[in-house]
Amino acid sequence: MASWPLLSFTTFLPLAGVALILLFCRGNTPDVVRNVRYVALWTTVITFVLSLFIWFNFDPRNPGYQLVEKAEWIPEFGISYHMGVDGISMLFVILSTFLMPLCILSSWEAVQTRVKEYMIAFLVLETLMVGMFCALDFVLFYMFFEGVLIPMFLIIGVWGGARRVYAAFKFFLYTLLGSVLMLLAILAMYFAAGTTDIPTITATHFPRNMQLWLWLAFFASFAVKVPMWPVHTWLPDAHVEAPTAGSVILAGVLLKMGGYGFLRFNIPMLPEATEYFAPMVYALSIVAVIYTSLVALAQEDMKKLIAYSSVAHMGFVTIGMFALNQQGIEGSIFTMLSHGIVSGALFLCVGVVYDRLHTREIARYGGLVKNMPKYAVVFLFMTMASVGLPGTSGFVGEFLVLLGAFRDNTWVAFLAATGLILGPAYALWLFRRVVYGKLVKADVRAMFDLNTREVAIFLPLIVVVLWMGVYPNSFLNVTSASVGQLIQTYQTKLAAAQGGADVSVAAR
Amino acid sequence: MTAVFPDIWPALPEIFLACAGMALLLIGVFRGDGFTRPIGYMTMVALLLAAILTMGYGTGRVVTFNGLFVMDAFGVFMKVLILVAASLSVLLALGFNEREKMARFEFPVLMLFATLGMLMMVSANDLISLYVGLETQSLALYVIAAFRRDSAKSSEAGLKYFVLGSLSSGMLLYGASMVYGFAGTTSFDKIAALFAGGAHPSVGVIIGLVFVAAGLAFKISAVPFHMWTPDVYEGAPTPVTAFFAAAPKVAAIALFTRLLIEPFGHLAHQWQQIIIVSSILSMSLGAFAAITQSNIKRLMAYSSIGHVGYALVGLASGTQEGVRGVLIYMAVYIVMNIGTFAVILCMKQQGRMVEEIKDLAGLSRTNPLLAGAMAVFMFSMAGIPPMAGFFSKLYVFLAAIEAQLYTLAVIGVLTSVVGAYYYLRIIKIMYFDEPVEAFDKIGDDGMTGILIATGLFTLLFFVVPAPILNYAAAAAASLFAG
Repeated sequence: MASWPLLSFTTFLPLAGVALILLFCRGNTPDVVRNVRYVALWTTVITFVLSLFIWFNFDPRNPGYQLVEKAEWIPEFGISYHMGVDGISMLFVILSTFLMPLCILSSWEAVQTRVKEYMIAFLVLETLMVGMFCALDFVLFYMFFEGVLIPMFLIIGVWGGARRVYAAFKFFLYTLLGSVLMLLAILAMYFAAGTTDIPTITATHFPRNMQLWLWLAFFASFAVKVPMWPVHTWLPDAHVEAPTAGSVILAGVLLKMGGYGFLRFNIPMLPEATEYFAPMVYALSIVAVIYTSLVALAQEDMKKLIAYSSVAHMGFVTIGMFALNQQGIEGSIFTMLSHGIVSGALFLCVGVVYDRLHTREIARYGGLVKNMPKYAVVFLFMTMASVGLPGTSGFVGEFLVLLGAFRDNTWVAFLAATGLILGPAYALWLFRRVVYGKLVKADVRAMFDLNTREVAIFLPLIVVVLWMGVYPNSFLNVTSASVGQLIQTYQTKLAAAQGGADVSVAAR
Repeated sequence: MTAVFPDIWPALPEIFLACAGMALLLIGVFRGDGFTRPIGYMTMVALLLAAILTMGYGTGRVVTFNGLFVMDAFGVFMKVLILVAASLSVLLALGFNEREKMARFEFPVLMLFATLGMLMMVSANDLISLYVGLETQSLALYVIAAFRRDSAKSSEAGLKYFVLGSLSSGMLLYGASMVYGFAGTTSFDKIAALFAGGAHPSVGVIIGLVFVAAGLAFKISAVPFHMWTPDVYEGAPTPVTAFFAAAPKVAAIALFTRLLIEPFGHLAHQWQQIIIVSSILSMSLGAFAAITQSNIKRLMAYSSIGHVGYALVGLASGTQEGVRGVLIYMAVYIVMNIGTFAVILCMKQQGRMVEEIKDLAGLSRTNPLLAGAMAVFMFSMAGIPPMAGFFSKLYVFLAAIEAQLYTLAVIGVLTSVVGAYYYLRIIKIMYFDEPVEAFDKIGDDGMTGILIATGLFTLLFFVVPAPILNYAAAAAASLFAG
């Protein structure tokens, strides 16, 4: 099994589903549409099962890249098809493949127009996301990273809400603007290192001055993707207008691409610049945690509120990351995984009521606990996971992040911790307004509880959230070796650079 | 000096095309306009045969006709591009002309003669042969721009193109005479030898070079010599526009590249600033001016101005990597461009051609294949991976970064984001808007074939990019070996 190109199979299997749909599902009759849905569902389920084999074949004690595949692609330019996962990227692959069947299921009835194109867009999106986390070549990485924009643009623009065109353009152009600067940085690195191979470039030392510029270029791309304050404004628009499954993927996976980028490129490749800019990242993250939490309090649209909460949570992630110690980085990875599942689930919760009442305005709801008890339980559970109740996945990540931040800088930890108070404030208030209160509105009273399909969507999410909260070790085991190596690389390079600087000072 | 009979083998494709053109002209005269379609097919065959002859040529650099004509790997690459682009344009034009009742046998023959001129331009090794090639091309193009004699717009386009084209030819000629006056020779090789020793050029040569560059900038429609482009693109019959945007552009870029790299290569720091400024202006104008366009042909005109700006980024670096970038850029560009124009040629509602962007509304519902192909071309032109357009941009920026032209590269990528907006707008109209009226069915197999072939090339370029990249690298190397 291990000798199979497992990563390539997982990456490109969804495209086989696309081919099936294109070849065999012609016409637009209800039968064909049903077949399209089933093909998409089965493709994503099989992809998920296949991706589990990655986990089974993964050796958590090995900090390096595993299941590596390498083939020549453009040999004259040192560009190769190089795939592999380590402890940092492996779980993101699983996260992507895990969320995908749930997205397909959640769109089962919600999407009625152009079903074929919709499913194709999602399958292509899955290929690009998985490929991005596996890519170990810069050009390959960039192709997947940017390619994601195409299906997402179409998903928001074709199946989105009222202001979908504005949101789709904003999403596309914001992200593109950051990414093209990263492309230039990649090219500059290519000339310094003579290759686009990521492991080789990680081992290359760049002069300090160059590092600062390269770091800023990468930051431009990933900060938009994360998104960090003040370049987060595309996110609320994109989330609000995207169809439910689009929001799930946006919050669940696309935001993680930014965090992953920091871990894979900024920190190990540009350590001196990382040290130089870490205070700035802290500052921006703290603003994100406090400011966007306050903004979330003032929202009247459910999706927008959750979107702002995503920005706040990603603020935690970047704080942990740039604490640059074992707890901080492992915590940030864990928070990303947890947020991927919890915020995805929250968007699905919004999707459930939106499918019934076709509005996301908080004031239109109230008293749902009376006629939708199952829904109320699920929503409450996910809200608690979001605010970090012990026993859920949210707690572990936030705790580790704060621990890491505290070791590095007490004040940062103190300010970030305010987010732990503001978070419940907006989340619980949202829950109170939607689920509690009097059931007075006639159309709200007519809403029916979760059906089997919806229960089937939420059940795996609840199980995973509990699993991550009760026994986080099965996930932390995977990440710890690679994170340890990452920190070691960072510190060795930094020490070498500073040692060099000391020598030059002494020589003067 | 005593060569009695020159070595004609390097010029075989040109000689063959010239003979074929004259033969076709004779056939046309005898058989009349009813024979247009066979003549069109024969033109295509002649162009493709010439491409095969060109490919049969080896890789070494050969100079013949007393140093007037040069053939090398660079020439092979560019000529094959031109010939393929021209034959596809002929195919596009054939069906269109018949449907629009403007089929005349001169049309394909004129395109063939224009192509002949382009081949001459690519192989020019002397200011004289440069001018002869350029004028052979231009005169044929003036005529086909105005080919729709009963349309005021087409006539206006032809006239505009002619007047401004003559002006630019005049500038070029003036510059060439300055160079001759101060350098004492028109031969590229001798000019190159003159400056090889690091000799400081006289001001006269520099001024001459500026004039020549201005004349050529007009031909590739680089800012600030672009004003004719939108009007001519809009006014000329659509297949002519498709032709204009592809083959002549490749030829002019090839000529420009050879001129700057071979004879004036040692004066790189003199002309580099001109190219950089022109490149920045072209990219910016192409990006910003296109935003407000409502006519798709005008939009494509601004888009082509922008694309020339990106190609010039590669040229501005003045290195072998830069030329390689230009070659890759042009190869990808003509494929995308011909594909896009094939889509535009399908825009027909209730028996008449439409050209407004809003006519594309809802195309993804009424004609998914056409919309899909157009979306691929638009994403590619915006430079979004994994489309071919991404790779072409990648290699020019690679060259710019290597030549340490960081400002140029940053401005380039930023304008590409602005440019992405208007390409996305077309996708938005096709995919997000409600359909208004379906396009007529056009039973044109040639057009469908071109659409599918160019679409697949653009979409799947990333799978095996190595062959084209390697050819381009070899072609670029040949320019620097000489």
